[in-house]
Amino acid sequence: MKTLKVFRSLVKDAMLEVTHGNRAYHIWMAVLSFIMLFGMYNYSIQLDEGLSATGMTDRVSWGLYISNFTFLVGVAAAAVMLVLPAYVLKNVDFKQAVLIGEGLAVAALLMCLAFVVADMGGPARLWHMIPGIGVFNFPNSMLAWDVIVLNGYLFINITIPLYILMMRYQGKTPNPKVYIPGVFLSVFWAVGIHMVTAFLYQGLQARPFWNNALLGPRFLASAFAAGPALIIIVLAIIRKFTSFKVPDTTIKKISMIVTVAAQINLIMLISELFKEFYAPTHHSISAVYLFFGLNGKTALLPWIWTSISLNVIATIALTFHKIRNNLKILYVLCGMLFVAIWIEKGFGLIVPGFIPGPWGKIAEYTPTFVEISVTLGIWAMGAFIFTILAKTGIAVELGQRVYKKK
Amino acid sequence: MSNENKKWFSLNLNRSKKTDSCGCGNNSGSCSDQKEKDGYDQIMDVPMDRRAAFKKITAGFLIGAGAVNSSCSVISGDESKEKANIEWEEYFKGNYKLMTNEEKDKTVDRLTRSYELRTGKNLSMSSKDAEEDVLFGYAFNISKCQGYMDCVNACVEENNQDRATEMQYIRIHEMDEGKGFNFEESDDNYYHEVPADGHFYMGTQCFHCDNPPCVEVCPVQATWKEKDGIVVIDYDWCIGCRYCMAACPYDGRRFNWKTPEVPEKEVNKKQHYLGNRLRKKGVMEKCTFCIQRSREGQNPACVEACPTGSRTFGNLLDPKSNIRWILDNKKVFRLKEDLGTEPKFWYYMD
Repeated sequence: MKTLKVFRSLVKDAMLEVTHGNRAYHIWMAVLSFIMLFGMYNYSIQLDEGLSATGMTDRVSWGLYISNFTFLVGVAAAAVMLVLPAYVLKNVDFKQAVLIGEGLAVAALLMCLAFVVADMGGPARLWHMIPGIGVFNFPNSMLAWDVIVLNGYLFINITIPLYILMMRYQGKTPNPKVYIPGVFLSVFWAVGIHMVTAFLYQGLQARPFWNNALLGPRFLASAFAAGPALIIIVLAIIRKFTSFKVPDTTIKKISMIVTVAAQINLIMLISELFKEFYAPTHHSISAVYLFFGLNGKTALLPWIWTSISLNVIATIALTFHKIRNNLKILYVLCGMLFVAIWIEKGFGLIVPGFIPGPWGKIAEYTPTFVEISVTLGIWAMGAFIFTILAKTGIAVELGQRVYKKK
Repeated sequence: MSNENKKWFSLNLNRSKKTDSCGCGNNSGSCSDQKEKDGYDQIMDVPMDRRAAFKKITAGFLIGAGAVNSSCSVISGDESKEKANIEWEEYFKGNYKLMTNEEKDKTVDRLTRSYELRTGKNLSMSSKDAEEDVLFGYAFNISKCQGYMDCVNACVEENNQDRATEMQYIRIHEMDEGKGFNFEESDDNYYHEVPADGHFYMGTQCFHCDNPPCVEVCPVQATWKEKDGIVVIDYDWCIGCRYCMAACPYDGRRFNWKTPEVPEKEVNKKQHYLGNRLRKKGVMEKCTFCIQRSREGQNPACVEACPTGSRTFGNLLDPKSNIRWILDNKKVFRLKEDLGTEPKFWYYMD
């Protein structure tokens, strides 16, 4: 009962916290709300007309939604890179970053689920997936696995920070015996969500571009580059706009993680390119389309080459300690890496899987206005959720909001 | 049944061979009484009770919100009440694969009645199950096909496909002679007189694989292989994730990107629940070997329509069937055999 009372008080305080802020905060939230509403309006068009409102066709049947979904699973998984050292290795530096990281994971996961729902032809029939009342094709379908691991990961990432926040809120020290097992579980789970999402594509013998044993490991490497890169940027913003103290050493330590992951990712990219182009087979056609275009169809060329240049430049620059330790440059490099991986793991991965089609047909894909608006709306929703979580978390951590016994 | 005396070569990929053909772990009887169940199937075993509970809970919410106004209202007419009732029941019905025969009959009744309420016309819908000792297969004679596309038209008419987007299950590929089976350079969208000089023709459609990747990946088991080897979809259970479409190596599946339109005059009223009944937007569909015809002992519409006789359909387990004669006497091959999908669709030349 007492816990419930504390929780209610925490929710009340959180409501107070997120509805109060300076002018910049209100403008930020208002802009996000507007983008979300615009996205919802466009989603209503899509619901009404069906998925024909998107650029997807029978030839390219997954597009922007599934691309963003894939990328965001990586961002969510990357929170673990901060959780592990902070909690287990008692590395004090990371502790402040962890709450932010887990908040980011929650926001990213909710975005993932929103993207999947947006991609459904019959969202009203989604209850067919709920075990017990629906029929769940477990363990055969990788999508069924994905639903389980994503929701499980969401649960873990909500409960651990909630427990810690509840304790701090009451002015107590969180008991490691309670949350450490959860932390270990979440570490394995994070690797799991990303491998399962990779298996979703990797397991399709019909799409040689995806049917590739390197896909899963490469997902992990690029996720552990892009996720912490985003966390660095977020920490930099929080440092600037709040009184939350994030020491330089924390950011520098995270930048080490980003660097190593980006280097591994680049090695894997080279390995993939070598395999596709040293002795090209029939199965390399998708890669040819992606990197060089096919029969004059070149829609992805500007994107993928932007991605590769950003990726290579950022990774090389990060490798040098002098450059990396200059925080201003580090933020720029992290931004570059984030965009590069968003392209590469998003439509740079999903769209070429469908091109050419099973019978060699090359039909290109261009997202429609509706699709782009819904995508932006979901990203705004993620930013909105993250802002709420981070603002509450920071207020509790700083002791600005504490539980008052009545 | 089909595995021991198969008439074709199978890749031995160390796959544990299942002895059933409908994928539910049961050889005899209907799919609803399963013998071997894992944890999830045990939960699924009582789908009706749980769904009923879910339905009632939802009803409670919706009545609160006034959303079932029309089905409870005193003002609206009997017909609109009945319509709303049917929609309500249809929304909460289970997966066809797990329905009892009684439930199958009920949903068929609802669907025919709903069509009558909407258009004033009657249609006949079957829910006939697979017959014993039947396994359907298909053969295509490349030497004979001239690319007339009569099969495509017959298929569209027979199976009530969307006219607005011109959905077609069959693709006829026009290939250059002298280049072999070169699908990359073939044209499946030609508009000229056929047969064109220096070309030959080859049709593809759903191959009703014996080991269908599309069935494995469906998260809600809305698609499965029937006992007679036909891969079917429950249009009302499909959630529209299109994972099966990505998994199919043969471009055999189609998606309803918008509400399909078939003019009332052109609707084929002889329907099967798993076959050519009218679809809605946001669900998958595909060739079913014209299940509404083949289960009645007829040939699929494409076979019937082909003016050249390049298409043969029949029961692989019947030694006297034409398809068996072709498999025994012609040098047959299948497409993308290396993927281990085991299509039941063979090509041959004279």
